[in-house]
Amino acid sequence: MRRVYADNNATTRVDDRVVEEMLPLFNATYGNPSSMHTFGAEAEKKLRQARVRVAEFITADPSEIVFTGCGTESDNTALFGTLEAYPDKKHIVTTKVEHPAVLNPCQLLAKKGYAVTFLSVDSEGMLDLDELRDSIRDDTAIVSIMYANNETGVIFPIEAIGQIARERGIVFHVDAVQAAAKIPLDVNKLNVDLLSISGHKIHAPKGVAALYVHRGTKLRPLLVGGHQEKGRRGGTESLPAIVGFGKACELAAEHLPEMDARVRAMRDKLESALLQSIPEAHVNGGKSPRVPNTLSVRFEYVEGESILLLLDRDGIAASSGSACSSGSLEPSHVLRAMGIPYTSVHGSIRLSLSRFNSDEEVDYILEKFPPIISKLREISPFVQTTHAPKQP
Amino acid sequence: MWDYSEKVKDHFYNPRNVGTIENPDGVGEVGSLACGDMLKLMFKLDDRGRIADVKFQTFGCGSAIASASALTEIVKGKTLEEASRITNQDIANYLGGLPEQKMHCSVMGREALEAAIANHRGEKVETEEGEIVCKCFGVTDKAIERAIKENGLTTVEQVTYYTKAGGGCGTCHEDIQTIIDRVIKETGGGIWRVQPERKKLTNIQKIKLIEETIENEIAPALRKEGGDIELIDVDGDKVVVAFRGKCSQCLLSGWTMQSFVQAKLREFVSPEIVVEEAKK
Repeated sequence: MRRVYADNNATTRVDDRVVEEMLPLFNATYGNPSSMHTFGAEAEKKLRQARVRVAEFITADPSEIVFTGCGTESDNTALFGTLEAYPDKKHIVTTKVEHPAVLNPCQLLAKKGYAVTFLSVDSEGMLDLDELRDSIRDDTAIVSIMYANNETGVIFPIEAIGQIARERGIVFHVDAVQAAAKIPLDVNKLNVDLLSISGHKIHAPKGVAALYVHRGTKLRPLLVGGHQEKGRRGGTESLPAIVGFGKACELAAEHLPEMDARVRAMRDKLESALLQSIPEAHVNGGKSPRVPNTLSVRFEYVEGESILLLLDRDGIAASSGSACSSGSLEPSHVLRAMGIPYTSVHGSIRLSLSRFNSDEEVDYILEKFPPIISKLREISPFVQTTHAPKQP
Repeated sequence: MWDYSEKVKDHFYNPRNVGTIENPDGVGEVGSLACGDMLKLMFKLDDRGRIADVKFQTFGCGSAIASASALTEIVKGKTLEEASRITNQDIANYLGGLPEQKMHCSVMGREALEAAIANHRGEKVETEEGEIVCKCFGVTDKAIERAIKENGLTTVEQVTYYTKAGGGCGTCHEDIQTIIDRVIKETGGGIWRVQPERKKLTNIQKIKLIEETIENEIAPALRKEGGDIELIDVDGDKVVVAFRGKCSQCLLSGWTMQSFVQAKLREFVSPEIVVEEAKK
């Protein structure tokens, strides 16, 4: 059966060139980078090279890169590490639509006595910068805001937010996990102090990520151990994964124009054709700037898990904002924060593409998708419209 | 990804009895869009008071659609008296089980059936009375109590899986725990799972049921793996079968016999059943 992977915001296929780059690290260059022998020196050299590659990818200095184990660890280090560095400051500013890697630590901190401002978004998923400005207090320790939303792809104006934070002298962390490899990342332009990116979202393996720490930013480590990463993250470096991450960053920079042109064109085609062929379908965050690979579309009167199961039967991998597919009973916090009506919040589907997708695959999705929605609407007790295709 | 049984998938991909009935004798509607699932069930009776036709419409996930479809198959041909004894567990069993987190789908099926029967009789549904405990999903104490009793639930998490109560903001968790404690105390904490009464079977009925169970519940799974099973003899509660095809060479055939064949026969026919493999 044909299989189409359109869930690249969940994770990505590792690029073959990345795999190739990693392989010698398992059985040839397997030394510990900290060791005082040639095995160690060889490994150390590879580690250095990877650090340079990741740094170049976001226009940082190699000394500003801290390798971690996952995006969640980068986000957690940014939050907890900053709060510990500023023990007198008891206020955090973030948004209601963050990834759980930021949202849940913030909720935990709120329970532990921190004041947390969760900024709201409008129906297109956009922040109100005045609300942000007004929320900052004298005891604000950190502003943590995502660059691109994992569910909708909506891009926040990080440069402008960074400006606000910098004027007030507050540490600014950006979860850029869903922005990396999709839009250019230049930490110098963005006015950020901390920035998280993750390997497996950009065709590197799972189990490696990085936290950019702007020179001079006060930060306590989350993992306390050896002197690795200059004491900012204890634990032996996962060198094969880090080397793969470095290569993936290099490739991501090369492929950025393709992402912006070819992948964007595929996404736009998916979007317009689905809206064209399926009545009562709407794009979540469609009026906001979005990363070029993501399409979040909601269908009235049908439930997301059912759509996913039927797509999967046709070999199409997608994701949903529905409650049922996640195992929780509450639908996506992102879509609810946007005030998406309940008639369709459960019926939201995310298609996320990568450079490994082809036009043929897009056509295949477009062929399979509309009948699935029709089928489910036939079963649904809510349908009030005909199934006739929309008139252009 | 959910671990749905083949039967759940079948009923989801090919739902039976979808649609509406003109001038139905009873209509039940439970759930809501906000809750993420909803089921509308309607039936028509024949002149002997049996369910002649039944149709459903569902907004919901895969297991919600499968549960509704299964329910319609179960109730067809039953009197309302018989239908009213169907539990959510019956629906789940019919489907070869549901993931525990999805048991609320089977409960929704039972509730819709109950509502449709009550609608026919012009009565009110008992679980709709009582106090709302979970405000997020509008679940009453009566509904929670019933799910606890019928399914032998002991934790708040289980109550959420079966009724959705407590699956939203979570502020009602303490209240749910209080209900669990009370029900356990009232029922003595022993076995208080409501067991559906099994009819005494004649020998012929029993053999027929064994045959049906093997054909519908056991053989399809074995055939999928290139094997098969044949019923050789029935002697009281002793059932003798022979494996065929790949099953006959399979190193795990003993395990299959115990934990699959015997388990299924015990579930569908009688808990006393002992399965033996025919001597080769």
